[in-house]
Amino acid sequence: MVGIVVVSHSEEVARGIKVIAEEMSGADTVHAVGGTADGRIGTTPDTIVDALEAALSDNDAVVVTVDLGSAVMNAELAIEMAGVESAAVIADAPVLEGTVNAAVTATAPDATQESVLAAATDARDLSKL
Amino acid sequence: MADEHAQATAVRTAAHAIADRLAAEKDHLTDLDSAIGDADHGANMDRGFTAVCDRLADLESDDPAELVKTVGVALISEVGGASGPLYGGSIMKASQELEGGVTAETTVAFAETYLETLQARGKANLGDKTMVDAVTPAVHTYKKSVETDELSPLEALAKAVDAANRGLEFTTPLRAKKGRASYLGWRSVGHQDPGATSTLYILEELLAVAQDELGEMGDIERDATADVDPSDVQVREESETEAKDAVDTAATEDTDTEVQD
Repeated sequence: MVGIVVVSHSEEVARGIKVIAEEMSGADTVHAVGGTADGRIGTTPDTIVDALEAALSDNDAVVVTVDLGSAVMNAELAIEMAGVESAAVIADAPVLEGTVNAAVTATAPDATQESVLAAATDARDLSKL
Repeated sequence: MADEHAQATAVRTAAHAIADRLAAEKDHLTDLDSAIGDADHGANMDRGFTAVCDRLADLESDDPAELVKTVGVALISEVGGASGPLYGGSIMKASQELEGGVTAETTVAFAETYLETLQARGKANLGDKTMVDAVTPAVHTYKKSVETDELSPLEALAKAVDAANRGLEFTTPLRAKKGRASYLGWRSVGHQDPGATSTLYILEELLAVAQDELGEMGDIERDATADVDPSDVQVREESETEAKDAVDTAATEDTDTEVQD
């Protein structure tokens, strides 16, 4: 099984993305993490480490989706701090569409980290108009 | 080990000097960041170094590497913006270089690992209008001054601070390529980079503390932009014999403020 961790500067945004993605996928696969420890806009590696560990407690692998700048850096740092470099990978994808794609693909019986990551990355090419 | 205790004391003193300086410059850093970023750099750095001082106070250790690592870990947890992983992650990684104690050689290794980690994490190049533009000339100058010119670490650090200052000034006319400022495109031109600015402040405080701790500054010209944290000035004012020093330092600070504004 492949889990998904969505990291945003805002906890509300991360939770909102989780709700949208899980409505589409029909499965409870997304761990949402956002904001700083004291509830401000931002990201912190400590809470991302917790989310990675929670996701890896029921999955063999994790795909991480991220929003802006420091979310990327703190997700990288959290993966190193948790020592899960071989099990977690960050998707270079738009955070909402990438998470939805990843969540839907993760429900496939033959889903792998590679297939979920590829689905998230494909969201870069989604055309809306 | 007495030497290790002195090094540990210097690390603690430097952390407090940096915390005081960043608290004093909080509004200025936030003003710089509000022009081209998200207006939180001053508050984030102030919060981060306040946490650093708290954690160091709770840590009973005379190991300089462990103390410096604690500085990095505190910044990673408490800063909240990109400066958390950039400053904190780089300090945490580079602290390993100090495991054999603080010497000219290990401080050069610290500086080089700091720069490498910063660039790997932020993926910024020289000229992208980021803290890399202040750190790179400072690290290169420090390494060259110690290894090629065979200057003392104190003289090398003074030159590194000058180099960081020139790097900082160079950020003003650049268009940002990394960080939140890059979203502004050409509108970022004409503004000094906040991260490069806080980098200079930290280096200035490291130099001031190194000068105090290592003594004998007779052969080194004091850099006009390098100042001393306010609490240090108060300590000096209590001493009759060092009263003139305090006046000189205060005058330097005034000049510095005018230049910065």
